Amino acid sequence: MITENASLKPAARRRLNLGKYAGFFLVLPSIIAVGIFVYGFIAWSVRVSLSQWKGLTPDYTFVGLKNYINLFSDPRFMVDIRNTVIFTLVFVLGSLTIGLTLAILLDQHLPGEAFFRSLFLFPMAISFIVTGVVWRWMLNPAITADRLSGFNLLFHNLGLDFLINQWHLTPTWGIAAVALAAIWQMSGYTMALYLGGLRAVPDELREAARVDGASELQVYRRIILPMLWPVTLSAVIILGHISLKVFDLIIAVAGKQLPLDVPAIYMWQTTFDGLFYGRGASIGILLLISVAVLIIPYLYYSLRSGGES
Amino acid sequence: MNIKKVTWGVLSILILFSLILSACGGGEEATPAETAAPEEATAPPEATGKQVEVFSWWTGGGEAAGLDAMIVVFKAQNPDVEFINSAVAGGAGTNARAVLATRLSQNQPPDSWQGHAGQELIGTYVKDQKIEPLNFLYEEQGWLDIMPATLIPLISQDGNIYSVPVNIHRANVLWSNPAVLEANGVTTAPTNLEEWFAAMDTLQAAGVIPLAMGEQWTAMHLMETILLASLGPEAYNGLWDGTTDWGSPEVKTGLENYAKALGYTNTDAGSLSWQDASQLVVDGKAAYNVMGDWAQGFFQELGKQPNTDYGWAPVPGTSGTFQFLSDSFVLAVGAPHRDEAIAWLKVAGSKEGQDAFNPVKGSIPARSDADKTLYNVYLQSAMDDWASNTVVGSLAHGVVANDSWKSEIDTALGLFLADKNIDTFQAALVAACQSSGPCQ
Amino acid sequence: MTSTTAARSPKRRFRFQGRYLLLIPLLLMTIFYLLPLYIMLVTGFKSFAEVSLQTMWNLPGGFSLENYIAAFEKLAPHLKNSLMMVIPAAIISSMVGSVNGFVLARWRFPGSNLVLPLLLFGMFIPYQSILIPLAVFMKNIGLAGSIPGLILVHVIYGIPITTLTFYGYYMTVPKELVEAARIDGAGMFGAYRHIFLPVSAPAFVVVIIWQFTSAWNDFLFAVILTGNENWPVTVALQNMAGSQIIAWNVQMAGSFLAAVPTLLVYIFLGRYFLRGLMAGALKG
Repeated sequence: MITENASLKPAARRRLNLGKYAGFFLVLPSIIAVGIFVYGFIAWSVRVSLSQWKGLTPDYTFVGLKNYINLFSDPRFMVDIRNTVIFTLVFVLGSLTIGLTLAILLDQHLPGEAFFRSLFLFPMAISFIVTGVVWRWMLNPAITADRLSGFNLLFHNLGLDFLINQWHLTPTWGIAAVALAAIWQMSGYTMALYLGGLRAVPDELREAARVDGASELQVYRRIILPMLWPVTLSAVIILGHISLKVFDLIIAVAGKQLPLDVPAIYMWQTTFDGLFYGRGASIGILLLISVAVLIIPYLYYSLRSGGES
Repeated sequence: MNIKKVTWGVLSILILFSLILSACGGGEEATPAETAAPEEATAPPEATGKQVEVFSWWTGGGEAAGLDAMIVVFKAQNPDVEFINSAVAGGAGTNARAVLATRLSQNQPPDSWQGHAGQELIGTYVKDQKIEPLNFLYEEQGWLDIMPATLIPLISQDGNIYSVPVNIHRANVLWSNPAVLEANGVTTAPTNLEEWFAAMDTLQAAGVIPLAMGEQWTAMHLMETILLASLGPEAYNGLWDGTTDWGSPEVKTGLENYAKALGYTNTDAGSLSWQDASQLVVDGKAAYNVMGDWAQGFFQELGKQPNTDYGWAPVPGTSGTFQFLSDSFVLAVGAPHRDEAIAWLKVAGSKEGQDAFNPVKGSIPARSDADKTLYNVYLQSAMDDWASNTVVGSLAHGVVANDSWKSEIDTALGLFLADKNIDTFQAALVAACQSSGPCQ
Repeated sequence: MTSTTAARSPKRRFRFQGRYLLLIPLLLMTIFYLLPLYIMLVTGFKSFAEVSLQTMWNLPGGFSLENYIAAFEKLAPHLKNSLMMVIPAAIISSMVGSVNGFVLARWRFPGSNLVLPLLLFGMFIPYQSILIPLAVFMKNIGLAGSIPGLILVHVIYGIPITTLTFYGYYMTVPKELVEAARIDGAGMFGAYRHIFLPVSAPAFVVVIIWQFTSAWNDFLFAVILTGNENWPVTVALQNMAGSQIIAWNVQMAGSFLAAVPTLLVYIFLGRYFLRGLMAGALKG
C-alpha cells in the first residue's frame, strides 16, 4: 500500500509533496482525542494503580507493584478469575456452537431464511441491561413448589422437573447461567459472521467436491469448515473481549453479589464504594492487559494480511 | 444497492425518532411527576438565581415522599431559593456513590448531601476534609439541648460537630408472622439465640422457611445483629474501636451463631431484595425476618395490619439494646451556595422539618421534642426504646465503620456466604480491621 | 457496495433430499430466541391484578396498557435524554469516521499506516481501565453530568469503529480514480467532496446505525458521567429494576420501551445493520 505513491509519475509526485501532510492535519483531531482518551488515560490509570490512593483525596504516592501483588493473594480476585474463565468458556463455546449450527442450517436455502436470519440476530440490537432485566425473571432461582417461576416453572409445567435448578445461585457454576443470557444475545451475531464466511466459499469448490463423490457432510467437514477458521478466530476475539469486559449484564441479572463477581464489578465496587482507587485502577489495567494479549496479535495479523490483499 | 432508498430509510427513521422525541417532551409536560408538584406550585425561583443542591439516596417510596415533605417546609421558609433535588437511587447501588465520590475527589461537591451518622461521616468525609464543622449552627439553633446526647459523639470529632441528623432507624428488629408461628406451635417469644434457634428448628421441620433473607447487604445486616446478640453491647462496640479482638474466641462464637442462623434462611436469598424477603413474612411463606424498621413502612404500604399480619421484637438476645442508624445532612467544604445550604440544614434540624419528614419516611425523629401524636403505634414504641435503651451503631448502615472498612468486611462476608468457612472468614475480618479499621 | 457485501447470490446449489427436516431445529431455536420477547410483551399487556410470578407464562386475559403507561411515565424523560444524546453522537461520529477513513485509505501521509492500528486498539480496551481518569477529566473540564459530555465520549470512543468502517469502504474506491483526480490538480477537499462523499451513503447508513445502537445501549459511561436529570434510558431502567418499589411487570414493560428504538432500527434497516456488524469483525 505504501508503494502506491511510488507508482505515480515523478511530476505528479512533486506536486503532491506540497500537500503531503494535508491528510495528517485532517485526522489530527481524532489522533489527539484518541491519544488523550485512550492512551493518555491508560497511562494515568497506570499511575493511579502504582499509587496508594485510598479515600476521597487523590494521593499519587508511589508504592510500586503493591496493588497488583495484593490482588494475586486476594481471594475475591481469585473468584473473579474463576468466574471470568467459566463465563468465557461457556459463552464463547456456546455462541460458536449455536452460531455455526444455525449458519449451516441457514446455508441450505430453506424457506423463510430471511425471517430466521433476522430473528436470530435481533437480540444483538438490544442493550445488555434490557436483556438482563428480562432474564433476571426467567432465571428466577426459587425451587420450592409454591414459588416456582421463570424457566423453573416452565420446566415444571412441561413435566421436566429434573431440570429445575437454582440458575445463577448454583454454587461455583452460577455464572454459567448468566452466560446463557449472553449466548442468547450474541449467538445470532456469531451466526451472521459464519454465514458471511459460508457464502464466501466459492460454489465451484463445493461442486467439484460433490462431483468427486463427496457426501454433503464430507463437503462441510473437509472443504468448508477448514475455510471458516479465520471467521472463528474473529468471532473468538470479539466474543472473548466482550466476556472479559462483562459488567452490565451481570449487574442487571443478579445484582452485585460476590459469587457472581467479575473483575469489572470488583473494579467498580472497590473504587467507588470502598474508595480503594489504587486497587481499582490495578484491576482495570489487568483487564486491559488480558484484552491486549488477545487483541494486539489479532490487529497485527488482520491489518497485515488485509494490507497484502 | 439502491443508495437513494437507503438514504430515505435513514431519514425516515430519524424523522420517526424526532416525532417520538417531541411526543416524549409532550408526555413529560402533560404528566408532571407527583413528587414535583409542590415545587411547581411556588413562584419560579429563577428570578433571584439562588439555589441549593442537595444530594441524597432517597428516590422511592416513603423515603422520597418524606424528602418531598421536608422540601415543602424549606420552600415555605425560602421561597426565593431553587431547590435542586439530586436524589440518585442507592437501590441498585451502582450510581449514587460513584457520582458523589467523583465529585468529592475533584472538590466539586453538592452543597449538602445525605450521610449516615457515624464512621461513614467521620472516617470518610471528615477524614478527607470534605465537610465543615457545624458547631455554630448547633449553638445558634439550640440543638445541643435537643439532639440526643448519645448521637452527638458519633457525628463529632475533636469537639467539632459535622452533621445534622434528621431521623433514627432501628436495625435490630425481628419481624414475624404471628399466624405462621402459632400454626406451628411457636407460642413463646424467644428471648435469646438458643431459644430462637430451637423455634426455627421446629419451623424448619414443619416445612416453613424459618428466616427470610435477601441480597448480600441484608446478610450483613443479619450478621451485625447476631454479633450484637452474641457479644453484648459493650464487646460489640469494642469491635469498632479496637478494644475487642476480632480474632477472639468470643467473636468466633458469634460467627458460629451467624453461620447457624444462615442455615435457616431461604435458598434464593441472593436473588431477593429486602422488600421481597420481608414480604415473605407477611405473605405467610416465612416465619421471621431480621430487618431495620423501615420494613414497617413497607408493610403499611402493602396494607398489612400491625400485630395481626406482622409482629415485632428486638432480635433475640438484644433486648434492651437499640442498634441504630441515622440519616444526616452535611455542609460541603467549598459549597457553591453556602448560605442556602445552611438554610437547608436549619430546616433539616428543625422540629417542623423532622415532623414533616419522619412520619412519612417511617422513622423516628432525631430531636427529642417531636410531636408524638404524629407517629404510629410502632414508631411510638421505638421512641420509647430509643429513650431508654443502650444505644449501639449499625455496621451495614455506616455508623461503626468507614466506607473502606465496610467494603472489606462486605467482601469477606461475600466469600463466607459462598464457602461457609468460619476460620477464613474470621481471619479476613481481622485483616480488614488491620488494613482499614483501628487495629493497626 | 461491492466488497462490503459478504454474501454472494448463489447461482445454483446442490439441494439434498429431506432437507426440510432441518426446519425442525430452526423452529426450536426460534422458540428459544422468542421466549424473552414473549415474556416482555405478554407481561406488559397484563393488568396489574393479573400479574403474578407464578403465572408469568400465561397469556393475558385481556388487553391492558396499564404497565406500558406506568413505565412510559417513568421513562419518558430518559427516553428523551437518550434520543438527544444518541442522534447527535451518531451523526457526528459518522462524519468524523468518514473523514478519517478517507485520509487513511486514499489520501495517505507518511506514517499514516501506523495511525490505523493505533486508533483501532481503542475499540477493544475495557473501559474499566480508563474509567477513573475519564470521570476525573470530564469533571474537570465541566462536562460531567451533561448530555454534551456523554456525546463527546461516545464520539471519541466511536472513532476506531467508524474509521475502520469507512476505511474498509473507501478501500473499494479504485485508487486510479484518486490518482486521476490528483493529477487533475484536485485538492484533498475536492477529492473528498467530489469522489468519496457522493458514494458514501451506504457506509454512512452502516455507521449511523452502529453508533446509534451502541450509544443507545451503553450503560457504563452513562452511569458514571450523568446525573439523574440526564440519565439515558438504560440507567433509568436499571435504577427502576434495582429500586424494587416498581413492580416487575412495569419493569418488563419498561425494558420493552427501552428496546423499541433499536428494534425499529433493526427491523427497518436490519440488512445494513448486519453489514455494520461484519465491519466490526474486521475482515477475517
